[in-house]
Amino acid sequence: MLDQNAVETEIPEKENPVESLLRMDRMPHIWCPGCGIGTTVNCFARALEQSKLDLDSVSIVSGIGCTGRVAGYLNLDSFHTTHGRAIPFATGLKLANPNLKVVVYSGDGDLFAIGGNHFIHAARRNVDMTVICVNNLIYGMTGGQVAPTTPVTAKGTTYPYGSYDPPFNLPYLADSSGAVYVARWTTYHVRHATKAIKEALARRGFSFVEIISPCPTLYSRRNRLGDGLDQMNFYKENSVIKNGADTKDVGMDFQGKITVGKFVDRERKTYRQLMNEHLTNVFGEQYTPYEG
Amino acid sequence: MKKVQGTVVIKADRCKGCAFCVDFCPTDALQLSDQYNAKGYRLPELFEPEKCTGCDLCGLYCPDFAIHGFIIKKVA
Ligand code: SF4
Ligand code: SF4
Ligand code: SF4
Repeated sequence: MLDQNAVETEIPEKENPVESLLRMDRMPHIWCPGCGIGTTVNCFARALEQSKLDLDSVSIVSGIGCTGRVAGYLNLDSFHTTHGRAIPFATGLKLANPNLKVVVYSGDGDLFAIGGNHFIHAARRNVDMTVICVNNLIYGMTGGQVAPTTPVTAKGTTYPYGSYDPPFNLPYLADSSGAVYVARWTTYHVRHATKAIKEALARRGFSFVEIISPCPTLYSRRNRLGDGLDQMNFYKENSVIKNGADTKDVGMDFQGKITVGKFVDRERKTYRQLMNEHLTNVFGEQYTPYEG
Repeated sequence: MKKVQGTVVIKADRCKGCAFCVDFCPTDALQLSDQYNAKGYRLPELFEPEKCTGCDLCGLYCPDFAIHGFIIKKVA
């Protein structure tokens, strides 16, 4: 209840903060009811707003898939690239113009199957970019095939009796490949995910944020896990926050506990720093350090 | 004593009835209504408006950018 004697200040209606970042002429979007990808876009929009970055210097690069549509919906300089090749495009952008803030926004299949090779090498070389992976544990757009992230025993169209392929543990892969920032949250943890994206954007080097997200249409339906809201409530009840956890311990079992948190936050020289330092050592004053 | 009064705006044509907003509103100010949009999705409504703090958690959760909350009055 409001205190009747207090002075009330009327505040004008505020816009939905995500709208200024979206191409509203493309709404409604194609994502299914209860799909979590849109929720991650809200987190990204808030993080970008809070980061105070100059939006003209931000580029979004997506690959193919349901999450790959993000680039097309964001009202920023965006690239919807070929399957798995978001990171090579992003690397090229960053090399050509080191002043850009380059963000790769894509799904688990695109980033870790088709583009898995690019991921580990960009992390190894510490190319300065932020990679946001919406991990729904399956291939969405192509029809529910088992992905490199699908937990053992979960069903997909290609494994109707359940998968027996050991999945990647994405934070461990990112950590051991050399990423300077690694965090995992779910679409239930909207405030944490927003903060993680903001932190990742502020890091220099290869930063990685994984967001576990419901795919009610394929993953949940094939595995009889209910709708998007059921999966959100599952995340709520089964996530364990362990900041600083050893990434080798954060692998995911089918409907098991999900370890979330910020796992890695360190400094390493970036690709461009290493190149400039090395070539200055070799050529001395003959070499002009590359600044774009 | 509550210091702020909030409200929400719902864009009915964009809603897909997932109920994330209803379930995760920290003050339980929302519920699913008896209204459906043109595509047949059941819409949320602010059924206890005085409870809303304008925190915009509904806006942060909504995957369809169909609802957002904001503060309309601050009590000094
Ligand atoms: S198929 Fe799955 S991931 Fe793709 S839009 Fe639908 S719910 Fe989302
Ligand atoms: S603004 Fe906050 S309190 Fe108001 S309906 Fe939305 S989530 Fe609930
Ligand atoms: S979260 Fe959005 S799409 Fe889902 S019911 Fe609420 S307003 Fe509709």
